[in-house]
Amino acid sequence: MYRYDEFDRTFVEERVEQFREQVARRLSGEIGEDEFRPLRLMNGLYLQLHAYMLRVAVPYGTLSSQQMRKLAHIARRYDQGYGHFTTRQNIQYNWVKLKEAPDILADLAEVEMHAIQTSGNCIRNVTADHFAGAAADEIEDPRIAAEVVRQWSSLHPEFSFLPRKFKVAVTGAPNDRAAVKVHDIGLQIVRDARGRTGFKVIVGGGLGRTPIIGATIREFLPKRHLLSYLEAILRVYNELGRRDNIYKARIKILVKDLGAEAFARKVEEEWSSLKDQAVDLPDGELRRIESYFAPPAFENLPAVTSGFEAKRFEDRDFARWAQRNVDAHRAPGYAIVTVSLKPEGGVPGDATAEQMEAVADLAAHYSFDEIRVSHEQNLVLPHVRQSDLYAVWQGLVAADLATANVGLISDIIACPGLDYCNLANTRSIPIAQRIGRRFAEIERQHDIGGLKLKISGCINACGHHHIGHIGLLGVDKKGEEFYQITLGGSADENAALGRILGPAFSAETVVDAVETIVDTYVDQRRAAEGFNDTLARIGLDPFKEKLYAPH
Amino acid sequence: MATQIVTANRLGDGLVIYLAQGGAWTDRVEDAEIARDEGDATALLARAEAPDQATRVVGPYLMAVIDEAGVPRPASNREIIRALGPSVRTDLGRQALTRASEG
Repeated sequence: MYRYDEFDRTFVEERVEQFREQVARRLSGEIGEDEFRPLRLMNGLYLQLHAYMLRVAVPYGTLSSQQMRKLAHIARRYDQGYGHFTTRQNIQYNWVKLKEAPDILADLAEVEMHAIQTSGNCIRNVTADHFAGAAADEIEDPRIAAEVVRQWSSLHPEFSFLPRKFKVAVTGAPNDRAAVKVHDIGLQIVRDARGRTGFKVIVGGGLGRTPIIGATIREFLPKRHLLSYLEAILRVYNELGRRDNIYKARIKILVKDLGAEAFARKVEEEWSSLKDQAVDLPDGELRRIESYFAPPAFENLPAVTSGFEAKRFEDRDFARWAQRNVDAHRAPGYAIVTVSLKPEGGVPGDATAEQMEAVADLAAHYSFDEIRVSHEQNLVLPHVRQSDLYAVWQGLVAADLATANVGLISDIIACPGLDYCNLANTRSIPIAQRIGRRFAEIERQHDIGGLKLKISGCINACGHHHIGHIGLLGVDKKGEEFYQITLGGSADENAALGRILGPAFSAETVVDAVETIVDTYVDQRRAAEGFNDTLARIGLDPFKEKLYAPH
Repeated sequence: MATQIVTANRLGDGLVIYLAQGGAWTDRVEDAEIARDEGDATALLARAEAPDQATRVVGPYLMAVIDEAGVPRPASNREIIRALGPSVRTDLGRQALTRASEG
């Protein structure tokens, strides 16, 4: 894992003390809310419906056990005993007191964490494939590039006041688990014809009220030019991006208006004057950062562990969990474990302090001290020996974290919605809970197979509904909660936006509607055909007929 | 004009509060002072926005309520949830205090 150097440490500690003074001045009345608001937002402190909310950055979703224990401590000491893992691999605390916020930031600084740039029109926390460094299909670890971008974009003076917020995601594998095509910039590590690694550069993706799949503006960027090329993109955006209308200020609107080819030409033109200047990292510095992400000392193990296979036969619950929550690892004899934060009827992404500590303990014992946060609001133990999987599963069962539903219909992404969020029009979480209960029978979920359901409580789309196989968007109709359904979205390498099915459903009827959609899919699919493949073959009409035909 | 009250968040901890009779702030929506016309509403909000309130509250605004025999009840889903707490965590927010006192 990356460790702070002296510059990082001093900077974060100074920022904590600066914020402590700012809070004191606000509480004393020396400065008013108009002056204080941008200062607290720069430190990740929002004011939501019920209280202050602190959004803490988890760079590229990677945590150590020590960091996770600190997050648990903060949940217990300063909040209500829990935290909420978000779709940007961050954690949010919902019940923070203003006067204690500097103490929380000081505690975070002790474990090399902070909440800087988790708000505002700047480059936000850089996200990455949550299986980074572990996935069997990975070309290179995307966290190296993510860390380079993190360092470059932290307090970058030229890019601290962009037209709007700016999100970067990186994947190192052809199977995209980081949703790079729906970010302002998506980077995909690829090989050229000579076998050298570099980046495919995707720009102008995003969700929100104008969902757009990003456009590839460069098929191959040599790794050494990453920062100069990103700087060129940001310069074009900073100069030409709209600042007159908040709804048209994201880079996706600029790329759409100019056209991807014209935008790419402007970037290349800007880059031609930048790439030979001292913007890119020297090789030595790149190697220094790479060294932090060297693989852990994996043992030489056989590819298949007999003990693991035997336990799968002996214990059906374990077998079911292993089928859904365990993925192939790049090292023989190891596996990747996804810890579901979607228990039946639970709040997607929420974890108690005790659960965080349980995961920290399991990571310390069984996963080289590493934990990941996924944008799908789950946790990951990336490096578990197959022979330890049964013990890990038992530990998760004891912590109520062993729901065997990863990638299934109850593994729902849901934004906080109107239960917490100041921007939401409708609630998301209760709908997710009701769908989870409706499909509670785990055998039924396994029979249905992989199905991504995502819920947003407003048009800002923090619940990624546009890219769910089934997407639900909450809309307020004269004070009543309704949910518009989209079908056919996808967040992976075949990224697609869902199509609206028809008139929205009331809160009372939307779970029935989801069940009708699922039943229609199961009736119509051929063999092991996935939801989107069935939809592509039969179209929306069979679903509409079931849902809207007069009965 | 809808019947209105003034709400805000408390500066120190961000909790939801309402402007009550006599200029005090309360966490009980039923104790909020009701404005029944535009003039009363403007005056109520002006009191909440007075400079001396800046060290006590954040972001005061007028919200619509239903007047139930002089007792204000939040009219919108948003304000019902603000008044009670998250509907998915009835152990948190003001609703938890009510539950505790009933238990």
